[in-house]
Amino acid sequence: MDDFRGKWLDLVAAADSEAALEEVRLQALGKKGEIALRMRELGQMSPEERMTVAPALNALRDEVAAAIIAKKQAFQDAALDERLRAEWLDVTLPVRPRRQGSIHPITQVTEEVTQIFAAMGYAVAEGPQVEDDWHNFDALNIAPEHPARQEHDTFYMARAQGDNRAPHVLRTHTSPVQIRAMQGQGAPLRVICPGRVFRADYDQTHSPMFHQVEGLAIDRDITMANLKWTLEEFLKAFFEVPSVDLRFRASHFPFTEPSAEVDVRCSWENGTLKLGEGDSWLEILGSGMVHPKVLQAGGIDPNEWQGFAFGMGIDRIAMLKYGIPDLRAFFESDLRWLRHYGFGALEVPTLAGGL
Amino acid sequence: MKLTLSWLRDHLDTTASVPEIAEALTDLGLEVEGIHDPAAALRPFTIAKVRDAQQHPNADKLRVCQVETKDGLQQIVCGAPNARAGITVVLASPGTYVPGIDTTIGVGKIRGVESFGMMASERELELSDEHNGIIELPSGEVGQSFADWLQAHDPARVDPVIEIKITPNRPDALGIRGVARDLAARGLGTLKPRPPVAVEGAFDNPVAITLDEGLDGGCPLFAARLIRSVRNGPSPEWLQARLRAIGLRPISFLVDVTNFFTFDLNRPLHVFDADKLAGGLTVRPAREGETLLALDGKTYTLTAGQMVIADDHGPQSLAGIMGGEESGVTDTTTNVLVESALWDPIRIAATGRAQKIVSDARYRFERGVDPAFAEEGLDRAVAMILSVAGGEASHRTTAGAVPDTARAYRFDPDRLRTLVGLDLPEGEQRRILDALGFRTEGDRAHVPSWRPDVLGDADIVEEVARVASLTRLQGAPLAARGPAIPKPVLTPAQARLGRAKRTMATLGYNECVTYAFIDRAAAALFGGGDEARRIGNPIASDLSDLRPSLLPGLLKAAQRNQARGQGDLALFEASESFTGGEPGEQRAEVAGLLVGRAQAKGVHGPARAYDVFDAKADLEAVLSALGAPAKLQIRRDGSGWWHPGRHGVITLGPKTVLGEFGELHPRVLKALDVKGPAVAFTLWPDAVPLPRAATRARPRLEASDFQAVERDFAFVVDARVESQALVQAAQGADKALIAEVRVFDAFQGGTLPEGKKSLALTVRLQPRTATLTDAEIEQVSARIVDKVSKATGATLRT
Repeated sequence: MDDFRGKWLDLVAAADSEAALEEVRLQALGKKGEIALRMRELGQMSPEERMTVAPALNALRDEVAAAIIAKKQAFQDAALDERLRAEWLDVTLPVRPRRQGSIHPITQVTEEVTQIFAAMGYAVAEGPQVEDDWHNFDALNIAPEHPARQEHDTFYMARAQGDNRAPHVLRTHTSPVQIRAMQGQGAPLRVICPGRVFRADYDQTHSPMFHQVEGLAIDRDITMANLKWTLEEFLKAFFEVPSVDLRFRASHFPFTEPSAEVDVRCSWENGTLKLGEGDSWLEILGSGMVHPKVLQAGGIDPNEWQGFAFGMGIDRIAMLKYGIPDLRAFFESDLRWLRHYGFGALEVPTLAGGL
Repeated sequence: MKLTLSWLRDHLDTTASVPEIAEALTDLGLEVEGIHDPAAALRPFTIAKVRDAQQHPNADKLRVCQVETKDGLQQIVCGAPNARAGITVVLASPGTYVPGIDTTIGVGKIRGVESFGMMASERELELSDEHNGIIELPSGEVGQSFADWLQAHDPARVDPVIEIKITPNRPDALGIRGVARDLAARGLGTLKPRPPVAVEGAFDNPVAITLDEGLDGGCPLFAARLIRSVRNGPSPEWLQARLRAIGLRPISFLVDVTNFFTFDLNRPLHVFDADKLAGGLTVRPAREGETLLALDGKTYTLTAGQMVIADDHGPQSLAGIMGGEESGVTDTTTNVLVESALWDPIRIAATGRAQKIVSDARYRFERGVDPAFAEEGLDRAVAMILSVAGGEASHRTTAGAVPDTARAYRFDPDRLRTLVGLDLPEGEQRRILDALGFRTEGDRAHVPSWRPDVLGDADIVEEVARVASLTRLQGAPLAARGPAIPKPVLTPAQARLGRAKRTMATLGYNECVTYAFIDRAAAALFGGGDEARRIGNPIASDLSDLRPSLLPGLLKAAQRNQARGQGDLALFEASESFTGGEPGEQRAEVAGLLVGRAQAKGVHGPARAYDVFDAKADLEAVLSALGAPAKLQIRRDGSGWWHPGRHGVITLGPKTVLGEFGELHPRVLKALDVKGPAVAFTLWPDAVPLPRAATRARPRLEASDFQAVERDFAFVVDARVESQALVQAAQGADKALIAEVRVFDAFQGGTLPEGKKSLALTVRLQPRTATLTDAEIEQVSARIVDKVSKATGATLRT
């Protein structure tokens, strides 16, 4: 039996190709193979003889079969290795280009601002870009002939002959949205109004279209001190700084009283803005307590309710935060600019993940 | 507005420095826009004395001076003709920057002789244009600062100029006294009292003044006095210096007086040469077409209603805005009529705007001057004229009356805390109001006549807060309303639009923000350019019309990028386009534009230009992100800016248009100078229905465990039959069983007859209750062929 085993294992080991191995397998284990024939002979043996031969023969058969499978695997591995050696690619070649999209800074910053104010309970209100002059001016306590109205550099829509209404305007601020929000929702109220606004002004630092976000909070006992806190919290979160130092300066807006320009302490180093330190003050927004006449125009009783409003340029805070030098380039759609200053599709600002 | 420190000190007794004053002004709401301190540039210059001056050995016109300086005796070479021993001079030591020659002085040799500094002329110090010699001072100690010497001996030369921005509500601060009053209230000094003036009239004013009945309140008051036998001429030096310092050009004394009162006390005046007036003066509405040659040398054609001051010959002055040249005073004027009037701010503003005249008078009258001061201002001006130019004044003629603007509002000291959040004792609040000219009386605050802006209780609080300083405000937390974790605030539509943008960026588009207005021709190409959407006063002809679509803006952006060599573009914008010119006639739109190549020529294959199916794929992706239903139809009746044969309109049901896609019409591309190919899509997010489900839970997943079967069918059909028709027909064969119908092949030519095409469909059958038998598959296949044939005339290829 040992010789018999040795013969077959030697034959398996000696097979030099998959075909030769298959030949050995047929000779050993095939239907007419020697091991199979020996198995068949078991039937003619005495039970005693069979008791000793059968296990040995079974073991031999399994051992030879295993050797064949192992040998076959070795042949296949060698063949695969050979094929892979031939399959050489210059992986330094460039890939198939894939378009890389981007989100405009205006969209990104608007979402950032929305995140922060949403956490403070402010909803987002929207309104028409073409406004009637009542919503854009009168309701905001800007009388028709008052110089304040002239200072707005307003775009007016053309009026058809015979249409004697005052011409509509392209809204000069998003404040008319505040009026609409007050009219629609009443008090108490907390909204921000982001959107496009228009002024007939074009030079190095002005664009005839830009973006504003205004905020409005109306309640029974809101004060200007609440306004200051709100702006401090906003600016800290938006600029991601541990502290800010705000300076409220008396100013004038027809729709607020008292009114304040708000400056933030900053330093400029090599053109980079740092908030919360330094000796410079940067004018960043206008604000104040909502004028009683404006509340009235919004259908809210000024004897019962009061609140604050503020407004700032989205483009401007985007420029400050992200170091974007030129306002006008925002609207030129230069692909190089869009790619450089734009944001990745999945860079969605969240309070949890960072703004 | 500009003012100088010395001018301010006419009204304010103060020891505050310029920086202190500037900080207070800004904080009070009179924002300082600039400070020019002439002394600053003079600080490094010191006084020196020339001890000896000898002829330069090598140059005729130079002298070698021995000069006693703060650093001892120094040798200085000087070319000035007046350089001589004994004079007191202004020295620039080595290292000093000299502004007039934009040079920093060094130690050097001049024609072989060493020189340790420079003695300066007035021009070199930018004090005047004087350059005939170096400055000779009548006094001064060696080493003393020249700036200090000037401050002591000739302060007007180093008078700091402060420029402030006056908000439209503060006409009172358009006079320097008003600025001083604010500063005094803040505690930066005390407001100097003004001694009363009384100028007795010696005769009756011979110029009759009439207010026309048609003025309709346009001129509440017109007061005038005539002065006989004045001697006009240049103003005294102090007055000229004042005006020059704030940027005004001295003209003649009589004119300068009017300018002085305009800026000093916010009281614009006008002076007529009485000898050039014919008859009396009438204040009246202009007649249509009347003309006036004004003091700026221009002739203005007036329209009816604009107010003029006219004599028998016609308008002599555009009331409250600008005087007339013909009746203006000259150096030879001897009889002058001085006018002080009140005008309706609205009328002045309207006329000034219509005539495009910007003048100091208009600026003040349209904001509001102090009505109670009109007559006193006149008398003060007359007194000043008499004291300088001599002459004899008439009695005052007054037409109309000073309007009563007296009013009072509630003064509630508690409001400072409850509205602003500042604590200030009531006494201090009253002091502030009194210092500003208010008169507090119990819980009432009476408004001074020079504050037309104070019109309510809140204004009283504002005045106190402003003077008390808002910098004292401490932030106070504003408690959040509602639950601890704030609820979402975006509307579903807002949230969805945000997703659409992010989807576009994920698809590889770069987001643009373009102007909401475009040029008329481009607007017309996209269905706009009509009168309703025209801007009446565009800032430029290419920004004249509201955009009817986002595409023209994107195409123009593409054109600009192509011009810069960026040819392969995927741009998008998500914003509003306008359907009309009324408020609300706008709608949200998402537009994507693909220009150039989807893939450049490269190692992985040839270049491929963008085609309609790129745009369609992206449109479908965005629609899907917006939650549009999967079953949408495509029509071919889109807008005129698409290639007529290569575009589609995606609809939900037969009517609701969700979007359009296609190749842009070659004529549109040509008109906008864009090199094609260009494909694009537009969609209107608000047309996509919002999900109706009130729950976030998804419907149960129906995933059958029985084997799906796919069968292919190839049809021959007329070339212009749309695959959509075949797909829909096939789907209709067994809605329950057919999970998907896919077009996998389309071709024309070959063995196919002319005008025919082959379309091959894969149909996926998904049984739900039992595995399909061959017979069942045959049955449904036959039904598919039958349905498709009936619906489209297609025949099965065999």
